[in-house]
Amino acid sequence: MGFKKNLLLFAVVIFVFCLPIVVESSYYMSIFIVIGLYAIVAQGLGLLMGWAGQVSFGQAAFYGLGAYTAAILATRCQWPPLLCVFVAPLLPSVIAFIIGRPILKLRQHYLVLATLGFGIFVFVMLKDLGALTGGPSGLTGIPYLNIGSIIFMTDHQYFYLVWCALGLTLFCMANLTRSPIGRVFKAIHSSERAAEAVGIDTASLKLQAFVLSAFLAGLAGALYAFWVTFISPSPFGFTTSVEFALMVVVGGLGTLWGPVLGAAIIVGLTEFLRWAVPVALPHAGGEFEIIFFGIIFVLIMLFRPKGLLSIEKSSMAVNNPATLRSTDA
Amino acid sequence: MLEIKELTKSFGGLIAVNRVSLKAREGGILALIGPNGAGKTTIFNLITGVSQPDEGAIFFQGRRINRLLPFQIAALGISRTFQNLELFTNLTVVENVMVGAYRKSRAGFWKSVFRRPGATKEDRLLYQEALGLLDQLGLTLYADEPAGNLPFGQQRLLEIARALAARPKILLLDEPAAGLNPNESRELAVFLRGLVNQGYSLILVEHDMETVMSLADEVVVMNFGTVIASGEPGEVQQNTEVIAAYLGEEEEEAC
Amino acid sequence: MLGTESQYMQYLFSGLTLGSIYALIALALVVTFNITGIFNLAIGEFVTIGALAAISLREVGCPNALAYTLAVIIAGLVGVLMERGTINPARKASVLTLIIITIGVSIALRGAALLIWGTHPYTLPAFVDAAPLSFLGAVLIPQSLFVLGLAVVAVALLFTFFDFTFAGKAVRAAMMNRTAARLVGINPARLSLFAFAFSGIIAALAGIFITPITTATYDMGFMLGLKGFVAAILGGVTNATGAIIGGVLLGVIEAFAAGTLPSGLKDAVAMVVMIVVLLTRPTGILGQR
Repeated sequence: MGFKKNLLLFAVVIFVFCLPIVVESSYYMSIFIVIGLYAIVAQGLGLLMGWAGQVSFGQAAFYGLGAYTAAILATRCQWPPLLCVFVAPLLPSVIAFIIGRPILKLRQHYLVLATLGFGIFVFVMLKDLGALTGGPSGLTGIPYLNIGSIIFMTDHQYFYLVWCALGLTLFCMANLTRSPIGRVFKAIHSSERAAEAVGIDTASLKLQAFVLSAFLAGLAGALYAFWVTFISPSPFGFTTSVEFALMVVVGGLGTLWGPVLGAAIIVGLTEFLRWAVPVALPHAGGEFEIIFFGIIFVLIMLFRPKGLLSIEKSSMAVNNPATLRSTDA
Repeated sequence: MLEIKELTKSFGGLIAVNRVSLKAREGGILALIGPNGAGKTTIFNLITGVSQPDEGAIFFQGRRINRLLPFQIAALGISRTFQNLELFTNLTVVENVMVGAYRKSRAGFWKSVFRRPGATKEDRLLYQEALGLLDQLGLTLYADEPAGNLPFGQQRLLEIARALAARPKILLLDEPAAGLNPNESRELAVFLRGLVNQGYSLILVEHDMETVMSLADEVVVMNFGTVIASGEPGEVQQNTEVIAAYLGEEEEEAC
Repeated sequence: MLGTESQYMQYLFSGLTLGSIYALIALALVVTFNITGIFNLAIGEFVTIGALAAISLREVGCPNALAYTLAVIIAGLVGVLMERGTINPARKASVLTLIIITIGVSIALRGAALLIWGTHPYTLPAFVDAAPLSFLGAVLIPQSLFVLGLAVVAVALLFTFFDFTFAGKAVRAAMMNRTAARLVGINPARLSLFAFAFSGIIAALAGIFITPITTATYDMGFMLGLKGFVAAILGGVTNATGAIIGGVLLGVIEAFAAGTLPSGLKDAVAMVVMIVVLLTRPTGILGQR
């Protein structure tokens, strides 16, 4: 079984490697770059939602914080871009660490609202701390990323960089979820009380997952900044947060490749809709594709509700007769 | 080793535990008995930090432990089983026990991110230990079954195995014999006695009088949240108040 | 330059006006939450639909009163459709699933509003064509009085409904104890439908009344809906009186913050208020700990 899996993995690597050679159009290359970037964010969010059982509707804030930190360090402090890519994700990680402990204590609705509120807070800050962030018009003049003498200027070059980062992310995620920690996360999913009762600090594990998810979002943000070389607040708003959550849910929770698949589906769909809808409705403008995202979201929740926040496709705990027994007061 | 002083806990207007004091000796078996709703499970929840007492204090090896978080209390060496079963139903039987032993392992979150998984020496050791525990409880046959598929009684035994995997100093067992047939009950009693010989201390909540009387060194009888009697099994059995409380319950159960 | 005191009066007026809108939205949220156990994150879109539908109806020649009434009915119907189409089929799902459904509905409706109405702002005329009033050195727009009046009337009607009608008592009983209500034969599915229709109506009214002051765009409801949540959380989520107080309080806090901080940060203030309340007093400022 290991051989088949390895073969498949090898095929995927070859496919990704050959993609820029086969695809000439810069437009298609840029779509693949966006998929790679979003997949990195979705990996982190997938860990949070699928394994740690928490939800975040503010992930775009970490993505934005990574992008802005990288951009500010590179333009105002003149740091070498490669250093910025490594340093920038630390800010969202530290922020996640600080807010994580109290926020992750919240349940259900309250967690959704608190993360959503945090996302909007950061978005407003990016727009209104003009002196630092350039305000609504954004930051320009971000240099190209270079590693030694290789300058990542074209989309074809950047594709390799982003997908290498994604590969590394997948490697780390595979390590984590297949380690004893992955098993512990599954256990927490099943019964948090029992996990606590054998001495597992569940709050701390959830916090660590939250911090890692913020780090990955920040990393993707930093890579984004050096790719587009110009950033404004608009890609880091609530809609993007919803898209990230959608990618994770569409791809399937608790799976390694799900977030990648989800990112590909959502980015692909966005591009398709941006092309198709104006053909059908010539006067349409703006981000109307969110209609379809909303509908997809609702449909998935309606027809695959068990898929959400559960590692298995169907929750076994429901059938356990023990859960039906009442407790002794 | 574990001492409870004047513990009180109420839910809404209902007093579940009313000024209860008790002491569990090191290397002893303390049985907590009483009719349903007497407050036994509440005491377990208070000891393990699942809920906070309104008044009173809990000491473990001379250290005050109420106000600690459940996982911290567990880490001090207090393990428990759950009356209404809280197995990790999405894991296999042996994995349940391995998770039970997790707190002693060195597998940190960030380390795991960068290390190839696969069997580390430590994980293999953990696995062997888990199998050993399953063997002691007669669960070897089920090792790779999903925990949720086990028969009811075996699920209880798995709870014990998981709690033991955490290497506790004291083990709180909430109705371990429920769902076992008389034969299995007797085997369990032998096993629990063996644990005490290995140096574990036990507190158990139990309905099965035979198990309690044959096993316990000391019995505490509760009714309506208060301790109505305590002492050696023989003494307690003669206590009129205890007999009344139990007769009352048997009538209720008959309807 | 206004004197400090009259400046504060000015903040108070604008705070009370917007606060009334938040209070209305919060009220609808609290009623929905108590009946169904879920937060309806699509409520802001009901506000948008109410306001923009009224504008379009006027454009096609409806007299004001008819346009407004129809718009309110349309928003109520959207609420009904949402409940029947998405909430009711998923009623057995987890709370988190349901809240994500409402987020899905919310962005779908916002996208639809974008397609129908585009990105440009619309406006409605003020209800009366009167000069602004001067009061203690501050300026009060007549439309603000209508907004305040709407809030007062809606709240009064609602409390009358809850206290003096059988249906109202049934709803209130269901809000207190859902299982008990079911036992005495109150149909929870119907109540849930009522909650969403009611939300649509209240939200649309809020949208129509505030549009002459703020103008209306396809995404106006997003922030208003969120502020409604902040207000509801301030008031303790289960408490109708708390929702109203929370709304007014949030409006006033925001107005004073907007007067003293850079203007764009107003929205950030509300989010900070929400997060702080969630973390320190999850039962709201009125709720018991």
